[in-house]
Amino acid sequence: MPKRGSRPSPPKSSGRASSASFARRAGVLPVVVAALTLAAAVAGPAHAQELRPFTIVGDAIPEPLTGIKGDAARGRAIVVDRRKGLCLLCHSGPFPEQRFQGDLAPDLRGVGSRWSEGQLRLRLVDSRRLNPATIMPPYYSREGLIRVGRAWQGKPVLSAEQIEDVVAFLATLTEAP
Amino acid sequence: MSGLPNRKLRNAGIAGALGLGAALALAPEALPQERRSGFEFMSRESQVLQQDDTSNPGMLWVAEGEALWSARTGASGRTCADCHGDAAVSMKGVAARYPVYFAEQSRPIDLQGRINICREVNQNATPLPYESRELLALAAFIGKQSRGMPITAGDDQRLEPFRALGQELYERRQGQLNFSCANCHDDHWGRKLASSVIPQSHPTGYPLYRLEWQSVGSLQRRFRNCMVGVRAEPYPFGSPEYVNLELFLMTRARGMPLETPAIRP
Repeated sequence: MPKRGSRPSPPKSSGRASSASFARRAGVLPVVVAALTLAAAVAGPAHAQELRPFTIVGDAIPEPLTGIKGDAARGRAIVVDRRKGLCLLCHSGPFPEQRFQGDLAPDLRGVGSRWSEGQLRLRLVDSRRLNPATIMPPYYSREGLIRVGRAWQGKPVLSAEQIEDVVAFLATLTEAP
Repeated sequence: MSGLPNRKLRNAGIAGALGLGAALALAPEALPQERRSGFEFMSRESQVLQQDDTSNPGMLWVAEGEALWSARTGASGRTCADCHGDAAVSMKGVAARYPVYFAEQSRPIDLQGRINICREVNQNATPLPYESRELLALAAFIGKQSRGMPITAGDDQRLEPFRALGQELYERRQGQLNFSCANCHDDHWGRKLASSVIPQSHPTGYPLYRLEWQSVGSLQRRFRNCMVGVRAEPYPFGSPEYVNLELFLMTRARGMPLETPAIRP
């Protein structure tokens, strides 16, 4: 039975941002909104980005978050980037040029034959939905996160476009180790 | 769990366990015979650096702390030595029991907090900022007086609620990446996070010289590094949360020898 992925609510910790959006909904004068926005920006927390809704079917999100397939070459660049994808901090994989790959999590070789694109997508978006005890970070969710650092508040680890690029790349990793 | 400690360590752990019945009840996560200092996860070169006082850069802070111990400070014009005398005698074993319960304020304090209270109350001096060279130097000098002695923190029953808060913080997932301390340091120690081997979380050598920092730093600086790493908002230096966390970890490390000033990668 398909279940509708809930639309993530604004982060609880970001009181200023949500009061700004409340003001906008209530139709308060734009100048007030601008002042609130400025206050929020000066105080630090970034504005919550809208996350795209998605539908979970079984253990997968069958449809791309963006409606279109991602770019595998861009996905590879994200996977090996230790400040964007962060993947190689925990995973190893077929990246001969990359030194210092982690071993906290399974090798990425063959991941494209172990899982479908939809299954990979849900594992990236929010692996907690499949295993609440997982250490895999939720890459496209803000739910249930505590004490998120100022620079990251309201933002998913990766954008919907980046998620799709990574899914497209991981799907190419069909050779088992 | 990857691998067993060698026999010597195991025996040391069992010997420690015999005298530590009470503490063991508080330490369900890592069994005592499995406890390993970060020292054991380091390269041989780093271990040698720690063991040779003439090459251990942390000894520069110890030497500076020794000088500060005898320096007149604050409006009182008193030195630490005026009250405490020879640190080799009066400070022996002191760092091994911190954080302690500070009854005047009904809360635990760490060694750095104790030094600053002493400065304010007894020396009429301004508190030293956390991570300042002077405070680290004094803490390293005092810590050095307990080197090799077993950690004894957590004796006082009044500490228990604070230790429990520290444990709760240790096990709480935090930050955009949603990791708890325990996720790495209890569940995946010995494994590699990129190039770094994840150690267990026994704060046996603070303040210590970290090669990455090119400096001596406190356990609170280490906490902040980890929190930033999981994209959590770090607590400010001196926060009660850090003292509670240190209390939990030091209580769990009871019986392990203090290594101050240790070297870590």
